[in-house]
Amino acid sequence: MILSALLAGILILVVLGLAGAIDAVRAPGGAPRGAAGQGAWLYAAAASITGVSALLSLASLAAPPETLVLPLGLPWIGWHFRLDALSAFFLFVVDLGAASASVFAIGYGRARHGGHADEPGRVLPFYPVFLAGLGLVVLADDAFSFLFAWELMSLASWALVLVRHRDPESVRAGTVYLLMAVLSGFLLLLCFGLLAGPAGSYGFAAMRAAHPAAATVALALVLALLGTGAKAGLVPLHAWLPLAHPAAPSHVSALMSGVMTKVAVYAFLRIAFDLIGPPSAWSGLVVLAVGGLTAVLGVLYALMQHDLKRLLAYHTVENIGIIFIGIGLAMVFRAGGEGAAAALALTAALFHVFNHAVFKSLLFFGSGAVEAATGERDMECQGGLIHRMRTTSFCFLIGCAAISALPPLNGFVSEWLTFQAILLGPALPDWGPKLLIPADGALLALAAALAAACFVKAFGITFLGRPRSAAAAVAAETDRLALAPMLLLSGLCLFAGVFPGAVIDALAPVSRALVGATMPVQGLLPWHSPPGVPLGAIVPVAAARSSYDGLAILLLIGAVTTLAALGARRLASHALRRAPAWDCGFPDQSPATQYTAQSFAEPIRRTFGPLVFGVASTIRVPPPGSTAPARIEHVLHDRLWEIFYAPPAALVRRLADALNPLQFLTIRRYLAFVFAALVLLLLVLALTP
Amino acid sequence: MGFSFDIAHLLAGLMVLTSLLLLYQDRIGALLNVLRLHGLVLALALAWQAHLQSASDLFLAATIALVVKALVIPGALERLVERLAIHRLIETVGGIGPTMLGGIALVALSLRVMLPITAAADAVSRQDIALALSVVLIGLLIMVTRRNAVGQVAGFLSLDNGIDLAAGGARGMPLVVELSVAVSVLIAFIVIGIFLFRIRERFDTVDLAALEEFRGERR
Repeated sequence: MILSALLAGILILVVLGLAGAIDAVRAPGGAPRGAAGQGAWLYAAAASITGVSALLSLASLAAPPETLVLPLGLPWIGWHFRLDALSAFFLFVVDLGAASASVFAIGYGRARHGGHADEPGRVLPFYPVFLAGLGLVVLADDAFSFLFAWELMSLASWALVLVRHRDPESVRAGTVYLLMAVLSGFLLLLCFGLLAGPAGSYGFAAMRAAHPAAATVALALVLALLGTGAKAGLVPLHAWLPLAHPAAPSHVSALMSGVMTKVAVYAFLRIAFDLIGPPSAWSGLVVLAVGGLTAVLGVLYALMQHDLKRLLAYHTVENIGIIFIGIGLAMVFRAGGEGAAAALALTAALFHVFNHAVFKSLLFFGSGAVEAATGERDMECQGGLIHRMRTTSFCFLIGCAAISALPPLNGFVSEWLTFQAILLGPALPDWGPKLLIPADGALLALAAALAAACFVKAFGITFLGRPRSAAAAVAAETDRLALAPMLLLSGLCLFAGVFPGAVIDALAPVSRALVGATMPVQGLLPWHSPPGVPLGAIVPVAAARSSYDGLAILLLIGAVTTLAALGARRLASHALRRAPAWDCGFPDQSPATQYTAQSFAEPIRRTFGPLVFGVASTIRVPPPGSTAPARIEHVLHDRLWEIFYAPPAALVRRLADALNPLQFLTIRRYLAFVFAALVLLLLVLALTP
Repeated sequence: MGFSFDIAHLLAGLMVLTSLLLLYQDRIGALLNVLRLHGLVLALALAWQAHLQSASDLFLAATIALVVKALVIPGALERLVERLAIHRLIETVGGIGPTMLGGIALVALSLRVMLPITAAADAVSRQDIALALSVVLIGLLIMVTRRNAVGQVAGFLSLDNGIDLAAGGARGMPLVVELSVAVSVLIAFIVIGIFLFRIRERFDTVDLAALEEFRGERR
C-alpha cells in the first residue's frame, strides 16, 4: 500500500517534469517574467510530494518488505518494485534531501544572482525527473528497472549540470560526467549480467536465490564496486564530482552531492550484501583500502580548493571514503563471523550516510546563498559575510562543525562509531584485517583532522575577516524560504548528534536485514535508555567498553559557554573602545593583507605537496635595480588525473586520429571494405570445422 | 532425377561462368552483352527449376527475369551509354589476371562454405545455393574492381541475378517475394540511371573519380 503511494508520487514527479517542459517552452528563457519566481509552483509541488514520501518511508522502516509488479517495461519481465528496510532508509534520505532542496530552490530562485533565474527552462523539466530517477533506483527490484532508473537519474542530472551551457567549463564538466555515468551504467550492466547467470533471471529475487560460482561472485563484486564507485566518487573514479557538482545550480549540487552519491552507496550495499550474499573477507579488505585512500585523498584535494562548491564536492569524496570504510569493516567482520561488530560498522556507515546527506545539503545551500548574495563562488572574493548574512553563516557554521566531526553534532557520532568498529578489529583471527584495519583507522583520523582544518578555512575565509570584494561588502541575507531548509537541516544535525540512540534504533531493521545482527537497543530517547547505561548515552558494544552521551556534552558545552560569557560580562570592562584592528605595525589596512584561502592551505600543501600533488614551485626574483615584485609560483598537478584519465584519453585520441582517414574513402573503397569483411567471415566459416 | 539434376547443375554452372566472363570484360559494349547473357541463363535456370518443381509461379519469375533482366535493363543501359556518349573503355583496378584468380578463389570459397552447411538440403538446391553464392560474391568483386559507374551497375545487377538464382532453387519460394525483388531491382536501376544522367550533366563523365573530387575526398 505504501509502496503504491510512493510510486504514485514518483509518477506525479515525472508528470511535473513534463509540465515544467511545457512551461519552459511557453515562456522561453531570457525574459524572466514576474521576477525570477518562475517555477515556484513546480518546486512547491515537488517539495510536498517528496516530503510526504519521506514521512511514508520513515514509517515503513520497520515494516515487513512489500513488493509490487507493474506490467510496464520489458513485456516478459515487467517492473518489479520492493520496499524493504534498506530501500526505506535510503528513500528517506533521498526524499529528505529532495524536499529541502525543493524548498530551498523556491527562495534561491528569488535571490539576486540565483543560479537558475536566468534560464529556468533548463532546470524545470529535468529537476522533477531527476528526483523521480533517484526514488526509482532505490525501489527497483529487478535489474532492468534498476538500470533504467539509474540512467534516468544520470541523464537528468547531466542536463542539470549543463544549465550554463555557454560556459566551456560547464561543457567539459558535462562531458566528463556523462562519460563516467556511461562507464558506471555499463559496469553495472555487466555485473547484473553475471549475477543473472546463464538463465538470464534479471529479477533481484532470483539473484538472491542463486548461488553463482566463487569466481563469478568475485568478478561481480569488483564490477559493482567500480560501477557504483564511479557514481559515488571513489578515488580514482571521482574526477567528475568536483567538475560537475559546482556547475549545477546549488539546489541540484546539494542533491547530486548529498543524495545521488548515497544512491550509489545504496546500490553497492544492495548488490554486495543482499544480492551476492555473504561477502568474503578479501572483498571487504579491498573496500577498506579503497575507502581509506578515498577519504584522505578527497580531503587533501579539498584543502587545495578555493572555489567553495568545488571544495564541498571534494569533501563529498572524503565522506564517501568514510562510508566505504564502514561498509568494508562490516564486510570483513561479517566474513569473520563477528555479527555484532558487523552490525556496528554497518550502522556507523548508514548513520554517516544520513549525516552526510544532511550536512552536505546544508553546506551546499549555504554556498548557494553566498553565491546568490555575492555572485561569486571563489572564497577569495568573500569575507565578512557573518555580519550581513547572519542566519546563513550560523547554519553554515553548524554544517562545518558537523562535517568536521565535532561533538555534540551528528558527524561526530557516526565517525566515533566507525572508530569503535575499528577498535574491534583485533578480535579477528586473520592477519590481513589485523594489519589493514588499524591502518585505515590512521587514515580516517588523518582525514577527520584535515577536514576540520579545511572547514576552518572554508568558514573563516568566507564569513570572517573583512570583505575581499565590493560584492561581498554589500551582500544581503538570502530569501527566507531559502533559509528555512537550512535551519531545518541544522536542527537535524543537532538532533541526530544529541539523540543518536533514536537514529541507531531506527537503523536496526536495516542492519538486521543486511548482516543478520543489530547493535544493542539504545532506547528511543535518553530517558528511555536501558538500565545500567548512563542517562542518554549510546553504547556501541558494552557499557564497560565505551559510551557516548550527546546530551551531556551539549549541556556541558552550554554550561561552560554560559559561565564563560557571564564571567566575561562580569569581569571585563564595559567601556566601549574603538581601536584600529590588526594594526600590528601595519597601518595600511587593505583587505588584501588578510589571510587568504591559499595561505591557509600553504602548510598542508608543503607537507603533502611533493607526494600527492607533485608541486613545482618557482621563485622569481627581479634583477637588482628592477622595481618589479618578486613572485612565487606553484603549479599543482592532479596526479590522479594524470595517471588514470590522461593515458586513456590520449589513447582514444590516437586511435581516433588513426581511424580518421576512414571517413574520407571513395564509394568503391567502402564497397571493398564490405566485400573484404564478407569474404573474411566466410573464410572463418570455411576454416572452422 | 540424374538427367534433370545435371541440367540444373549445368545452368547454375553457366551462371558462374558468365559471371567470370563479366569479370573479364573491360569494354562497355561487351560488358552489357555478357550481362544480357547472364540474364538469359538466369531465366533458363529458373524455367528449369519451375519444370522440376512443377511450380507455375516460377515460370512467371523466369519470364520476368527474361524480360527485365535479359532484355529491358541491358537494352536501356546500352541506350544510356549511347545517349551519354560514355567512354567505351572501363578502367579496372588491378590486372585482369589477378581479378580472375580472385573470382575463381571466391567460387572455391563459396563451395567450401556452403556444401557442409546445407548437407541436410536436397542435392539440387544445395548446388544451386553454393553456385548462387559465388555469383553474388563475384558480383561484389565486379563492383569493387570497376572505377566506372556503368561497371558498378553491371556488377550490382549480376549480384541480384545470383540472389534470384538462390531464391529459385529454394523450394516454395513465394511469387510475392520474387516480384518484390524484381520491382526493387527495377527501382534501383531507375535510380542509378537518373544518377548517371545527373553525374554526366554535371561533370561530363561517369568516371567516379570526378565525384570523389567533388566530395573533397581526393586529398
